[in-house]
Amino acid sequence: MKKLTLPLSPDDVLSLKAGDAVALSGVIYTARDCAHRRIFELLDADMPLPFALKGAFIYYAGPCPAPKGKASGSCGPTTSARMNSFAPRLLDLGLGGMIGKGEMSEEVRAALVRNRAVYFAAIGGAGAFYGNAVKKSACVAFADLLSEAVYRFEVEDFPLVVAMDAHGGSIYAR
Amino acid sequence: MRIVDTKQIGECVTRLALIAGRRITNSCRAALEDARARETGAARYALDTVLENADIAGREEMPVCQDTGMSVVLLEVGQEVCLAGELLEDEVNAGVRRAYEEGCFRKSICDPLTRVNTGDNTPAHVHVDIVRGDHVRVVYLPKGFGSENMSRLYMLTPAQGRAGILDAVVETVRLAGSRPCPPVVVGVGIGGCFDSCALLAKKALTRELGTPNPREDVAQIEREALIKINELGIGPQGFGGKTTALAVHCELAPTHIAGLPVAVNIQCHCVRCEEEVL
Repeated sequence: MKKLTLPLSPDDVLSLKAGDAVALSGVIYTARDCAHRRIFELLDADMPLPFALKGAFIYYAGPCPAPKGKASGSCGPTTSARMNSFAPRLLDLGLGGMIGKGEMSEEVRAALVRNRAVYFAAIGGAGAFYGNAVKKSACVAFADLLSEAVYRFEVEDFPLVVAMDAHGGSIYAR
Repeated sequence: MRIVDTKQIGECVTRLALIAGRRITNSCRAALEDARARETGAARYALDTVLENADIAGREEMPVCQDTGMSVVLLEVGQEVCLAGELLEDEVNAGVRRAYEEGCFRKSICDPLTRVNTGDNTPAHVHVDIVRGDHVRVVYLPKGFGSENMSRLYMLTPAQGRAGILDAVVETVRLAGSRPCPPVVVGVGIGGCFDSCALLAKKALTRELGTPNPREDVAQIEREALIKINELGIGPQGFGGKTTALAVHCELAPTHIAGLPVAVNIQCHCVRCEEEVL
């Protein structure tokens, strides 16, 4: 398993091929359906975003509340395809990539190639496993959305599989 | 006549919800272990992770999956039972509310238009069947929506028959692809009408994994569908492989001479379902 630390260098990204297993460490931001709608409203209004997009990774996830003594509750990935309509614009604005589960659209694949970005798959349903890999968590925007808010996670050795790479490769191609 | 206080039912819902959120069923674990032995590469890695996750969730009392689901509560109430106390649905919802707070479970229920979260995972989807006897059977199914979203309803014609049913089931799983967290469990309702057919499909998901329908012609559809689904090659997490579904469960009800409703309700590999008889 290849160890990677965020932010990823262009060489890191280009070295990744669909199907590679990686252990990712560093800062990622959760955002799912409602948070994406809010982010797009901010973009449309030319307002500042809760985090700088350049090189950032969005984790499509909505965590369980953290129990005592833990940084996060269970927090596996949600279905990425629901964010198909959002991802290309964010990638064009500099997003480094995404983490989620399941195939994404051709438009997303083209945007990943165009922007030399990468989409990682986490293992869906492994909520407790991923929750424990979150070492620090802070809500940075849209707290009223509860689990759908944007959380800044510091993760350590997050086990992922390269799902769609910067060369157009996809683990889901059959 | 036996008097049952609805508070007891609500307390039972709390117990079942707390257990269900933190463990996959034994039959699900056994099916995942079988699948793991068949798979290689990324598919095997995915199943290893899922099994390790189940161990962690059990040991640390954490939700197995962060999608602790929409609370589906199926009640069988014997007609010799007299329900006393507060409104049944209020007590069930109170039971859900307690469990989701105590268990640090995610609250996932919102208004469909405003998307404002109700904050406590209520209301539960409560379904009551009146049956013979003086018992109350409570089945609790926390239904995740990654898989629920991939479910479909077909209003087939009688001419489409058995082949049409098989096509509908396989097509639903094929179109779902990697999105519902395969390997999935497929609940199929055959017959009834538009709404009762969907409920049959949901009830089919509460059957102990791999237990065939007692009717041989139906069990045969289950076996054939499972083979065809596993030939799709979607595999665990969509990474490719032999195991796209762990089981297909079909439930039947008589239907109209003009129709053949088929509902396909998809369940992810995290089968969480608990029950208790009061």
